[in-house]
Amino acid sequence: MRAELPGHQHEWLDGDAGPVVRPYTLTGGRVRPSADGFDLVAYVLAMPDPDLAAYPELHPEHRLLVELAGRGTPVVELAADLNLAVGVVRVLLGDLLTRGLVAVRQPPRATYLPDNDILKAVVDGLRAL
Amino acid sequence: MDSVRYDGERRGHRVPIALKILIAGGFGAGKTTLVSALSEVRPLQTEEILTGAGIDTDDVSGVETKSTTTVAMDFGRITINDDLQLYLFGTPGQDRFWFLWDELAFGALGAVVLADTRRLADCFPSIDYFEQRGIPFVVGVNCFDGSRRFGLEAVRRALDLDPEVPMVLCDARDRQSGKTVLISLVEHVARKRGEPVPAA
Repeated sequence: MRAELPGHQHEWLDGDAGPVVRPYTLTGGRVRPSADGFDLVAYVLAMPDPDLAAYPELHPEHRLLVELAGRGTPVVELAADLNLAVGVVRVLLGDLLTRGLVAVRQPPRATYLPDNDILKAVVDGLRAL
Repeated sequence: MDSVRYDGERRGHRVPIALKILIAGGFGAGKTTLVSALSEVRPLQTEEILTGAGIDTDDVSGVETKSTTTVAMDFGRITINDDLQLYLFGTPGQDRFWFLWDELAFGALGAVVLADTRRLADCFPSIDYFEQRGIPFVVGVNCFDGSRRFGLEAVRRALDLDPEVPMVLCDARDRQSGKTVLISLVEHVARKRGEPVPAA
């Protein structure tokens, strides 16, 4: 038996949709990051030797993100590593970005990249696997 | 948004380019299996949050009070070289999660649509989606054990595919077979750009 859901019965909420969660507790209720640009495969790179002690307001999850992004990690892998929803991780990354603790490198847009050299490298790489 | 970009090279870090490839198809067509077969790591899972109406309101506090739920996304990784990584994303199977596809498809290199000949119609929506958005795709006809083998041309007619769209027979459980499908996709992308990749 499913527990009665709060508010209106929601068409998305069933077995396929997974458990009902309140994931934004961690973000203080914010659902949008303070900056756009966190594509799923955008690389997040922590600044070298970040002074996290200067930001007591940050959660442990923020600190973990900075640690994980030390060598450059895509957004989607950070979310998987922290076992947090991508939307939540984007909000937390926005906090880090506005404090200058991380930087983001966007993936190339398919409309003008990748160029033929990259495509050839992909085909060669796949053949060699 | 140049301010959020980062010139990694200038600081001595080399950040690879990550390319997205979508693995689509009907429920049970073998998407997760194909991602598993191809990924160099155990396929990872992440979640995206579904929120009810209200997320788009201009409430400055941004506080979300509607009930939320999550939908899981499978993804895998293939490292091509130090500068290049492929990320494979299995698309959520149910039609109602389609809005997530827009995010997955944004900037994607292309897509593999897995077709199950026992339930061919299940992949129609995926094909429509990529056709309408001009995203290059190939169709991988997944040969399940015991499934009736159709000729590729019969499947192509049934799917009403554009003649230029490659079709490949595959076994989603088999890494070599999956690689063949990805190679045919990347070659198709190159052809669409008018720059065929020379055969090895």
